[in-house]
Amino acid sequence: MAVIIRQNPNQPALPDFRNLGTVLRILLAVNAGVAIVALARAPQLSAVYPEWIEGTATVEPYLLLVLAALWAGSPWLAKLPFSVGAGLVALVTILAGRVVFSAMDMLAPQPPGTLLRWILCGLVAVAVLLFYFNLRARALSPAITEARLQALQARIRPHFLFNSINAVLSLVRTDPRRAEVALEDMADLFRVLMRDNRDLTPLEDEVELCRQYLELEQLRLGDRLTVDWNVKSMPADALVPPLMLQPLLENAVYHGIEPSSAPGTVSINLFLSRGEVHAILKNPYRATGGNHHSGNKMALANVRERLALHFDAEASLESRVTKDAYEVHIRIPYRTAVSESSLAAPTVTGPMPGSDSERSRDSNVRIIVPQAARG
Amino acid sequence: MAEGPLRVLLVDDEAPARRRLRELLDDCTSVLPLTVIGEAQHGREALDLLQSAPADLVLTDIHMPDMDGVELARHLLKLSHPPVVIFTTAFHEHAVQAFELNAVDYLMKPIRVQRLLSALHKVPRLRPVTAEKLAQLPTTARRFLSVTERSRVVLVPLDEVVYLKAELKYITIRTAQREFLLEESLTKLECEFGARFVRVHRNCLAARDHIRGFERRVNDDGDAHWEVLLAGVPETLPVSRRQQFVVRDVGRETAA
Repeated sequence: MAVIIRQNPNQPALPDFRNLGTVLRILLAVNAGVAIVALARAPQLSAVYPEWIEGTATVEPYLLLVLAALWAGSPWLAKLPFSVGAGLVALVTILAGRVVFSAMDMLAPQPPGTLLRWILCGLVAVAVLLFYFNLRARALSPAITEARLQALQARIRPHFLFNSINAVLSLVRTDPRRAEVALEDMADLFRVLMRDNRDLTPLEDEVELCRQYLELEQLRLGDRLTVDWNVKSMPADALVPPLMLQPLLENAVYHGIEPSSAPGTVSINLFLSRGEVHAILKNPYRATGGNHHSGNKMALANVRERLALHFDAEASLESRVTKDAYEVHIRIPYRTAVSESSLAAPTVTGPMPGSDSERSRDSNVRIIVPQAARG
Repeated sequence: MAEGPLRVLLVDDEAPARRRLRELLDDCTSVLPLTVIGEAQHGREALDLLQSAPADLVLTDIHMPDMDGVELARHLLKLSHPPVVIFTTAFHEHAVQAFELNAVDYLMKPIRVQRLLSALHKVPRLRPVTAEKLAQLPTTARRFLSVTERSRVVLVPLDEVVYLKAELKYITIRTAQREFLLEESLTKLECEFGARFVRVHRNCLAARDHIRGFERRVNDDGDAHWEVLLAGVPETLPVSRRQQFVVRDVGRETAA
């Protein structure tokens, strides 16, 4: 047992400029700002649209240039303390304004004072947006601690725990060695279930956990459960939220295998495609039972919510029912511990939820105190 | 109950759970004479076994495919000498509450040998739980109707029921092959299987899945009424004036 001490998570931090959600929010906010300005400046309502077009014609290249520069510099920016990082973002905005102005000036000479106006507008936008992102991070920061609790809520059904203990008991006299292995599997499973599940874990760990879980189910269900693993081409080092697959597999067994005495197959397909990790889980679909769906939806909603907390808009979870199978398809960006640590900085503060997954790993800011040392 | 050792039947869909229970019962034999007459994987198998080998006690899991424990207990009441049923369950908060409320005996898995032994000691004094109490337990609708024919219990899968018709004391169950007589109330059946059947007449429930269509008929007096056409059986059922809206409702569903 260890205690984890975090640095103050409320310290401000820059958003992850490579996150789709962040980029989208910046684009929307700036364009909305331009629209408001157009609305205010137009002499009559019919002039709003041309005014807005004119505004975006200059703002868009400026904005895209800033975003591109921030995207490129994101790994370095993340390593800097907030004040320095914010200063650099402002500097980038000023330089980008200068570049765009020179280009525009060459095309058509701009009236005097234009550059100063542009840069001032840019800096105001930067200030407002950084303020917004910090506010958002702060609003979500209880949510990321909540993610751990949710992972706990995604916990194994008590039904499974007691049935498994019963199955192990049945082995103790006749097959003590198998009983030993089963108890070890259970210990591993519950270790994961009870630990701090805020941090992303490598996919291979999650797969191993699922194997142990299914091993236990197999003990109970025997021939009724067949598991089909397609994980040869999986990216073993991809970082995923812990307990991303196990609750879904538990559902697959509970709803797809247990209600029938006929044998059924649960299939797991993990692969990498175009920089994204895909997980496709399938189980036989049996359209009977009233309370079937409520439990199922809870686990799905739980995993979906945690994916959103870690990856924002870059991850998705879809489920569908085909003729005789139930299928869940998860898609998450491919990130590894190596790419993470290149982004990471020893000084990075606590978790920055929602807008970026990288920070939530924050392995560099934990101090682990052994139980004994705590007294 | 017959003299001699207690005859026990084990019902559980998980082989390890049955094995464990057998071990525990073996441990009890030194204190209490008993014999395990068999094991079944689900309710239907248990009922089959009990027709030829009577038991004094059935230890059954609640959650099982094909036929769960509570449904099994309901069908067992149709046997000429219904056994006592004690439920075993791993964890089911709501079920357990209902058991407590209705004073239905149950054992929590993993089962302790002491608990099992005290339950076994009680068996000779216990009466089978009544159908009314069993109906109070949270369970999904039955998958079978059971009727007694020549002292055997016959199961009629609900999927095969074309219609249920109340006649004097009995209800006629009609399947594509034949008819069965059932001693239950049509109103209660309608409550239990509401979604599956539609009431076409005061005395008749027709299975939605078997309704092929409706036909308007005029009798000799010039009165017109609707008849239900059914898949698999030649006869038709009259729709009463009060239930005429059914023609429109079901017709729309079938069309959709």
